[in-house]
Amino acid sequence: MSAIKTQKLTKYYKDLCAVNSLDLEIKEGELFSLLGVNGAGKTTTIKMLSCLSKASKGDAFILGSSILKDQLKVKEKISVSPQETAVAPNLSVSENLAFICGVNGFSKEKTKHKVNETIDHFNMTKIKDKKAKNLSGGWQRRLSIAMALISEPKILFLDEPTLGLDVIARRELWKMIEELKEKTTMILTTHYMEEAEALSDRIGIMAEGKLTAVGTSKELIAETGAKNFEDAFISLATAGGSKQ
Amino acid sequence: MKIIAFTLRNTKEILRDKINIFFGLGFPIILLLLLSFIQKNIPADMFKLSQLTPGIVVFGFSFMSLFSGMLIAKDRTSSLFMRLFTSPLRAHHFIFSYYIPFLPLALLQGLITYILAIILGLDFSIHIFGTLLVSIPAAILFISLGILFGTILNDKQVGGVCGALLTNFSAWLSDTWFDVELVGGTFAGIAKALPFYHAVEAGRFALAGDYTNVFPDLWWVIGYAALFTAIAIMIFKSKMNYN
Repeated sequence: MSAIKTQKLTKYYKDLCAVNSLDLEIKEGELFSLLGVNGAGKTTTIKMLSCLSKASKGDAFILGSSILKDQLKVKEKISVSPQETAVAPNLSVSENLAFICGVNGFSKEKTKHKVNETIDHFNMTKIKDKKAKNLSGGWQRRLSIAMALISEPKILFLDEPTLGLDVIARRELWKMIEELKEKTTMILTTHYMEEAEALSDRIGIMAEGKLTAVGTSKELIAETGAKNFEDAFISLATAGGSKQ
Repeated sequence: MKIIAFTLRNTKEILRDKINIFFGLGFPIILLLLLSFIQKNIPADMFKLSQLTPGIVVFGFSFMSLFSGMLIAKDRTSSLFMRLFTSPLRAHHFIFSYYIPFLPLALLQGLITYILAIILGLDFSIHIFGTLLVSIPAAILFISLGILFGTILNDKQVGGVCGALLTNFSAWLSDTWFDVELVGGTFAGIAKALPFYHAVEAGRFALAGDYTNVFPDLWWVIGYAALFTAIAIMIFKSKMNYN
């Protein structure tokens, strides 16, 4: 079964077509990056797939559940790590993690186990009792991603996860994302070309609401005849391309 | 479990905000102290503790509107809400989790106000618990108003509407600071058409042990509380529906 399958997924904001007849299939365990310039339709696509925004036309299936008809089932399978840090500021690190376990319906025992496990995994032992609002930006982002993962999602949407992080924090996050590959299907949006190239199994490029190209970074470079992936991206994001 | 987890988070967010504690508990206490000292120097029936305390309790509830409104308005504009909207929480989980923490907080605030009134000279009686029970619909009304404003306004607007307008409006029209009958005319008419005056009157009757006269004043409050609770839930649910 595909992790995600969209069928002519379309979103209009009044007369503006933000996403135009998107047909996309993402396999289970795949890390798929969605790239495009600002306003290309990436965030709108993620919002529709995560049931935050209603599709104007078409449908999409998350592990077989329709985003239009089975929203609760979809929400049980996904997790979103939004662009901005999404933490409860007055709760400590461990309280934030326990809070997410609670809203996902975990038992007390499972919550305790998952909180300890996640704190260990993300090296947050030293800061576990600190309030989220008192953490540095990098630690807040790390906590935000830990909160997205603690619910054991089958599909994880990472919306520009390394935005604003320094190079060391970014590389640490890359390592964590690498470790998650195959266990979790991930959809990543980013403006960093090297990030998409380093992490992705496949990359989709969107321009003006349309998916203009899909393939591995090597395939996209070969398709455009560009010298490197950044040049290939510019070529595909600013002009039409072909799907593979 | 989902409601408990979200309620716990909301409770912690409220109680860990020192400004909330100061305004929610400190401000009504300061007013009670101030007005009871005035009463000692310049005796006025209006400021007798048996008349004043039920009014201060209702006034204190107006801060629950501010807190609930601010919490929802801030949540709505945060990425945390986006995360929660993509979790398996349903509309009723959100609604209950926002209501539940505020009701005990409002009653605790009322209880503390009465304890201070007793220290200042109010006769202790079992009717203090009766008047607290009678004040529950008023507490629900103010919480619902906060949830309603928090759902449709941003946090700055909630600060203006609940923190300035509602607190003043409900105080002036409640018969606590001055006798609305002395102003008379349209002002008294408006005060009696709104629930704040009736909430204070019902509280005063209950404190005096005159439960037969608690109604019809309490019906006014229950009616308004039911109406605004229904509106708040309806609008919150409609806002939750994605577009």
